[in-house]
Amino acid sequence: MVMPMQTEHELHRRRRSRNVGLGLVLAAFVTLVFALTVVKVRQGDLMEAYDHQPRVSELPIEQAAPATNEKEVQQ
Amino acid sequence: MTDINAYAGAPEAEFGDYVALLKPRVMSLVVFTTMVGLLVAPVDVHPVIAFSSVLFIALGGGASGALNMWYDADIDAVMTRTRNRPVPSGRATGGEALALGLVLSGIAVMMLGLAANWFAAGFLAFTIFFYAVVYTMWLKRWTPQNIVIGGAAGAFPPMIGWACATGGISIESLLMFALIFFWTPPHFWALALFMKEDYHKAGVPMLTVTHGRPVTRRHIFAYTLVLAAFAVALGFTSIGGPVYMAVAVVLNAMFIAGGWRIMRRTEDAAIADGYRVEKQVFRLSLYYLFLHFLALLVQHWVGAW
Repeated sequence: MVMPMQTEHELHRRRRSRNVGLGLVLAAFVTLVFALTVVKVRQGDLMEAYDHQPRVSELPIEQAAPATNEKEVQQ
Repeated sequence: MTDINAYAGAPEAEFGDYVALLKPRVMSLVVFTTMVGLLVAPVDVHPVIAFSSVLFIALGGGASGALNMWYDADIDAVMTRTRNRPVPSGRATGGEALALGLVLSGIAVMMLGLAANWFAAGFLAFTIFFYAVVYTMWLKRWTPQNIVIGGAAGAFPPMIGWACATGGISIESLLMFALIFFWTPPHFWALALFMKEDYHKAGVPMLTVTHGRPVTRRHIFAYTLVLAAFAVALGFTSIGGPVYMAVAVVLNAMFIAGGWRIMRRTEDAAIADGYRVEKQVFRLSLYYLFLHFLALLVQHWVGAW
């Protein structure tokens, strides 16, 4: 007579529900952060904050545009 | 006696129990009013950013619900309506509710700041603090005005939604706040009149217990009058319009009439017909808030003033 070695305890069902739930939540969070990043980059938002030293990458895009126009005017 | 095992008395929480800690029914109201506040604002928001903002505001609201369930487990265990919540029923521990509340509060505030702006994030942090500390820890057990002042926590979400879009506060968002703020007391006291819960046994001062039912009935009517003034005033702002005004005038006339009928009734008459009027007004109050915000949304689509 073959008996199952062990039946699943109710505890394991609860744990699996927590693990699967958390996994899905984390996957959804990663997707959302990625989507947010794509949107923010496309909108031209600043990607870096001031870090004790001025850098080109943190200058607003609006300020960079007139400089190229001036060159064109000078030529 | 061989089938005794260590787990029998302490079932571990499953995922749904953690979801229940976030008060999903309250969250649905937060989602709706936040969404309306964000959409009717004069600044257009990218759909992904709008979705994220509403999600993280709702998450912050849920986190404050978990903090509330951690602190109020002793009250919840006494009252019939709340006895089956995860902590009093033993499916989750108080420590789990506290940890979930704190962690999700932090995530919600930080992510709202990154997705929308830091003014809205600060506002969300203040709202969580207001509900978890000011309402739950101070006011709820101390004064029968707990519902009135605590109602502010439920009234902030449309203001936060507005702040996500505009980065600030304005008369429109303040009046949306007032609409929920002055709606809360008549809504809850109508419920308190016919639910007759063991607030007294639980040590929560309710107006029906501390000042009596006739006083509560008069309060309900008085608040419907104040509420009507603010609801109609919202119609004269930049987000108002003919559609909103029509809805507001009809609903407020019905709500004032309901408040009047509640005030004119004696407790004997109410017991005789099983609190029919009180239940009607409570049901009306649910439609009242939903339809006002729906009207704001429709008015936005067809064009405000």
